[in-house]
Amino acid sequence: MSQAFRLFWTGWVFNVKNLTMSGFFILNATISPIFFATIAHYMFASGARPGSGLVYASLGAGMMGIWSSVLFGSGGLIQWQRWQGTLEYVIGVPPRLIVVVLPMTVATASIGLYSIASTLLWGRIIFGLPLDFVHPAWFVVALVGSIVSLGLLGLVLSSTFVLLRNANSLSNLLEYPVWLVTGLLISLSLLPGWTRPISWVLAPTWGIRGIRYAALGGDPVFPIVMCAALGLIYLAIGHYTLGYFEVRARKSATLALR
Amino acid sequence: MNSFRLFFVGGLTSYRALFYWLSPTIYIPSLIVAPIFQILLFAYIGRSAGLQSDVFYVTGNAIQYAAIPCLFAMSQTVSGERYQNTLHAILVSPANRFPLFVGRALPVMGNAAFVSAFSFAAGCVILGVSLPAGSIPGLAVVILVAAFSCTGLGLTNAAVSLRVRENAVLSNVIFGFLLIFTGANVPISELPTWMQDVSHVLPLTHAIQAARDLAAGEPFSDVTGLLATELGIGIAYLAGGLALLRVFEWQGRKHATLEQL
Repeated sequence: MSQAFRLFWTGWVFNVKNLTMSGFFILNATISPIFFATIAHYMFASGARPGSGLVYASLGAGMMGIWSSVLFGSGGLIQWQRWQGTLEYVIGVPPRLIVVVLPMTVATASIGLYSIASTLLWGRIIFGLPLDFVHPAWFVVALVGSIVSLGLLGLVLSSTFVLLRNANSLSNLLEYPVWLVTGLLISLSLLPGWTRPISWVLAPTWGIRGIRYAALGGDPVFPIVMCAALGLIYLAIGHYTLGYFEVRARKSATLALR
Repeated sequence: MNSFRLFFVGGLTSYRALFYWLSPTIYIPSLIVAPIFQILLFAYIGRSAGLQSDVFYVTGNAIQYAAIPCLFAMSQTVSGERYQNTLHAILVSPANRFPLFVGRALPVMGNAAFVSAFSFAAGCVILGVSLPAGSIPGLAVVILVAAFSCTGLGLTNAAVSLRVRENAVLSNVIFGFLLIFTGANVPISELPTWMQDVSHVLPLTHAIQAARDLAAGEPFSDVTGLLATELGIGIAYLAGGLALLRVFEWQGRKHATLEQL
């Protein structure tokens, strides 16, 4: 157990550093959310129903960045290992595959911290956003809970997207719909009723709810518990699908094939 | 005659060679479905904020999304050649650069116009937006002009790709700027003055305004001024892009950095 934890920690630190060195990841994680935060700010500021304004927009745009990092980072994770010629080592090492892959997917979600940080800093510096959150300690708990649950969702993505030939285009396809259906910048009550169950099974819905309740007021405990519960479900699904991928790739000897 | 052949045949051949990977399984999610969800996202944010009607976001985002094929495909005309180790063969040739690069831009423009028109139509159907029947031919012209002017910006982006390594990031950044500054989602009048000034020299701003005017029932003759401005902006970016290509090509030859990544 302690060995698995040590491996997780080492893998997480290494992959966060590795992704931090990628200009592509860092620029996309920091700049794109700022664009969306800016647009949302002007839309809410100019509209008839300004709501909670910039804090609401900044947090939502930051979460959009986390989802994009997970979607592109975890969705293409195994393919990238294959391109770099490291997939054989990832699978061939003695620890179980899930213990090696999980720190990678949680690291892609952790890179999303740059998104939250950039949108909050941008709001603070450019628009004078007040950063006096109602429950600062719960804010940290909700943020960590969101990142871990999204990292576990990334585990599911990494192990299912690899079975698809054009995983990158699927990533393009899923970016906007999940931003929309999880209510990162809108109220879910505006969406048609049939979208509600889809929202409930996606961690960003509960993650942003917990973060917003902690920042703006409300009870963040239930959304955090939902993040944890969904995280466990994702872990179970990811464990199964990753095992399926490994057995299938070993049987058909297609591990390194592009 | 040679330049005509280079423009039409060369342009189409190089487009097919550079985008051989653009299969329906990539094209449909990225260029058919994604713009529709962009329209929906901003329409719902607009409803949430109580800012504008759905038609505002359909016109703004459908035309603004032309930037994706224009920016990425045009930068691919340089970075794709570099990736396939054929850039030096292109640049060492004595071919006239105008038909060489502008010929490649023609299919890009056609594709951008199609993406824009399709997402416009789909956005209208999904959100229940009805347009005056008489406005449709005018809107088609607006979309073509918008695709042309944005392709001009795309050519400038392609030239910069001779110097910038992360051209996908650069294209994303330009796309984000256009999303804010062209008034696709926020009325230009609501932006700070300096942003309004910038918006007037960007492609798509005037085309989006023209499309909104037509959708509101104004006659085509009332938007010809906006379209002329949009066309002029497109020509300026196209000329700037060709000039930059010349400068960077010359620098690349001088410093032997054409293939440098």
